[in-house]
Amino acid sequence: MLGIVSFWLALGVLGLSLGRERDGVRLLYPASAIASGLVAWIAGHALFLPPASLVLPLGLPGLPFHLRLDSLSAFFLFVLGLATTGVSLFATGYFRTGATASPGLTFLQYHVFIAAMALVMLADDAYLFMVAWETMAVSSYFLVTSDHRHEAIRGAGFLYLVVAHVGAITLLLCFGVLQGFAGSYAFDAVRGVAIPPVWASVAFALALAGFGAKAGFLPLHAWLPEAHPAAPSPVSALMSGVMLKTAIYGLLRVSLDLLHTPSVAWGVSALGIGLVTALFGVMFAAVQTDMKRLLAYSSIENIGIVLAGIGLAIVFHAYGMHALAALALLAALYHCLNHAIFKSLLFVSTGAVMHATAQRSLGRLGGLIHRMPWVAWTALVGTLSIAGLPPLNGFVSEWLLLQAFLLSPELPNSYLRMLVPVATAALVLAAAFAGYVMVKFFGVVFLGQPREPSLQDAHDADRWQRAGMLFLAAWCVVLGVLPVFALRALDTVTAFLLGTGLGDALSGDWLFVTPATAERASYSPMLFLAVIVGALAAVYLFVRVRYRMRTRRGAAWDCGFPAQTPRMQDTAEGFGQPIKQIFEPFFRIERSMPDPFDTAPRYWSRTEDRLWYGLYLPVGRAVRWLSALVARLQHGRIQWYLIYSFVTLLALLVLIRV
Amino acid sequence: MPILPFASQFLETLLAVLAAPLLIGWVNQCRAWLQNRSAPGLLQPYRVIRKLFRKESVLAQNASPLFRLTPYVVFGSMILAVSIVPLVATGLPLSPVADVIALVGLLAFARVFMALAAMDVGTAFGSLGARREMLVAALAEPALLMVFFMPSLIAQSTSLTTIVETLAHRPFALYPSLAFAAVAFVMVLLAENARIPIDNPATHLELTMIHEAMILEYSGRHLALMEWAHALKLVIYFTIGIALFLPWGIAEAGNWIAIPLAIVALAVKLAVGGAALAVLESVSVKLRIFRAPEFLATAFLLAVLGMLTHVLLGAGT
Repeated sequence: MLGIVSFWLALGVLGLSLGRERDGVRLLYPASAIASGLVAWIAGHALFLPPASLVLPLGLPGLPFHLRLDSLSAFFLFVLGLATTGVSLFATGYFRTGATASPGLTFLQYHVFIAAMALVMLADDAYLFMVAWETMAVSSYFLVTSDHRHEAIRGAGFLYLVVAHVGAITLLLCFGVLQGFAGSYAFDAVRGVAIPPVWASVAFALALAGFGAKAGFLPLHAWLPEAHPAAPSPVSALMSGVMLKTAIYGLLRVSLDLLHTPSVAWGVSALGIGLVTALFGVMFAAVQTDMKRLLAYSSIENIGIVLAGIGLAIVFHAYGMHALAALALLAALYHCLNHAIFKSLLFVSTGAVMHATAQRSLGRLGGLIHRMPWVAWTALVGTLSIAGLPPLNGFVSEWLLLQAFLLSPELPNSYLRMLVPVATAALVLAAAFAGYVMVKFFGVVFLGQPREPSLQDAHDADRWQRAGMLFLAAWCVVLGVLPVFALRALDTVTAFLLGTGLGDALSGDWLFVTPATAERASYSPMLFLAVIVGALAAVYLFVRVRYRMRTRRGAAWDCGFPAQTPRMQDTAEGFGQPIKQIFEPFFRIERSMPDPFDTAPRYWSRTEDRLWYGLYLPVGRAVRWLSALVARLQHGRIQWYLIYSFVTLLALLVLIRV
Repeated sequence: MPILPFASQFLETLLAVLAAPLLIGWVNQCRAWLQNRSAPGLLQPYRVIRKLFRKESVLAQNASPLFRLTPYVVFGSMILAVSIVPLVATGLPLSPVADVIALVGLLAFARVFMALAAMDVGTAFGSLGARREMLVAALAEPALLMVFFMPSLIAQSTSLTTIVETLAHRPFALYPSLAFAAVAFVMVLLAENARIPIDNPATHLELTMIHEAMILEYSGRHLALMEWAHALKLVIYFTIGIALFLPWGIAEAGNWIAIPLAIVALAVKLAVGGAALAVLESVSVKLRIFRAPEFLATAFLLAVLGMLTHVLLGAGT
């Protein structure tokens, strides 16, 4: 595994040395994809093996790098490997033309980013973890700002850097608390000690905030819809698909592995934050007019669902209901894997669309299914998956999570039992609106008539891009149709984290997913698909044989309205309008209505995040005010600085005397 | 492998598919009577479907393959849905394929395809209909799930077979949570099947239409399949409602003697339900499209309240 990480780094340096020869660099991406495939393969095997550790004689004196590969890190490495295989294949085609300044530099940053993510998952001491974590943040910052000529992108990058560092400081404090009790930064030492509940809760809160800043939990989400869309599409795919999962990994590592005494309060707070995040994400995704921002908000939603699953698992675990905890955790982990795959797929498909049309605003796209059939049909698979529709993969994890919620009336605390219906309602609401958002996304981009004449010249994805997208789409189908095998493998992770997995419940028939017993609930995506396809084929044959299939092409009917232009189709704005109307108090909307007698009327509206104005800007103002105070000390005259030193010296001397 | 359950499954599904337009015909007839009109024949929907099948299909210039595929996908999904719901007997071989949550997912699957097909041609009406349908669904779907969760909590299962068997065997008792659920379910049924007060099935060419706007560009055999699937959907909702709230009379697994009685019971329940639907539609007015979210939010809140009631009154005793 380490070999591959160093291979990635070496490949990156090789890419840098090739510098500006675009084609030379480009053809190194498939090699990287093969390495990613190997990572997924090895990690898939390591799931079933006992933990293996390694100490590297690097790092600080007296604090060598500890590495460890256990089921938890193996699972997240599997997610990383699978997603990067598809994305790297796609990147071969994507970086064909000049999206960024220096292809060699981008190549290096890309691989440092991947290698850092892998190291985060392998690290077994806080020092290496933080080093890898910061490397990941900085390399992705450079990738985000690779198109740094636009001011908006520089701003997005800066915001990202600030939030990432606030998160990193919080994590540092969290590891500080752990080290204070264990006496060592190595995770093994932390596992061995019992931490008093108060301090354990402090550590958990710090971890939730620190990892939340990376994962985009409310209210630390503001950077995500700015930074993810700014990056080149393959990088957006990795950031949304994989980097967010490193935060989930960290949260699981700290809360369930290092601190092994979870409390109900942790679970409830995680559940609450997760559900609010999910609802917030989906509401804002519905009103976006930029396709990459829409996907970024949808990532916030999905991360919220994962966090809700983790929260529920912690609640069950704290009450000692192990089978239920395992079910909830299994759902959360499976959703991580699924989200990594379909979000990568959708981000790279937006990359292909931008490549072909140079447009990312939903108001200027449309009708691409005719010009770009490959991209459109693979994106359709991703769209159906992310909308949580059977028989694809997104549905399986949401189904498992709902099953876990339905079992929660067995909770011993009556207040919690009353909270559960409300939580379930929030979850199903978020899932249903996800369908709305994804119909908007796919329908506006790929269906209908082209909204701009230039779209007629759009070209389909090239071979490499197709290969990458097909790879990801195939995994969407496989994980959706054959979930039992994946769930059995995932069960090793829950067994590792909670002590008990689902075990027997999954060992039955491979056709049926049965989280508890067959009477309780069962779902068979394979038969589901088979019956639909069978019925479809039978109906088709029947209609074909019985009624001759006469077909004629004509103009669209549209109730006989004669003059129709593509501008008359429903736009992304139009799709957002009902959501704006229903959830108006949650948005900050500015709009200007045209005068009824205006001959050239213009309508505009802008929807913004209330939290940005209510939380981020005041904090920013406070920081500016404080730094202005500090700046008064700075005059740039040497005599003042000498006086400062002198006064400090005096003060210190007095202090020591006393 | 025992052949008998599979044969019974096949026959039951086939019967439901073939008889589906009858329910629409019955509802239309009742409505006509209530409005002092002379009613079209009970078999009128069949005549319409046959006529459409025989006509050629006119596709819009820029319709994509997705547009042609959708009627078959929707029809296929409805066939699967109708074979999952226990109509006359429980213990069908296909019922473990999907539980109530997967059933909601299946209906959503068909709906997403319909909405996408409506946007495919790129007309003003089509995309408008798709947007409205998805909005209605985004509010109705959670309400439907919450409705399903109450019997699931009572029966400790999300499998329809287990729910029906549990509920049918219980002594008749008043569950307050089920009452909430039933009201919410009726509201969802009206919304999801494009009925008054959300949509009007009798109009065509109206600015507030939803379902009709979505299938506006279809013609010939494609339209026939869409109409038929729509009729099937109404049957599915009715039978789900019957299975959850009036399960008495359904035949147990393997009890072949009870089946004729069960068929009669089902027919009576459907006839009464269809007449009730006609009355409900005749006495209410269509809501403005902006009021539809309020209607559905009410259904959703009722369902959540029902679930809270269930939890408050102790776990389903």
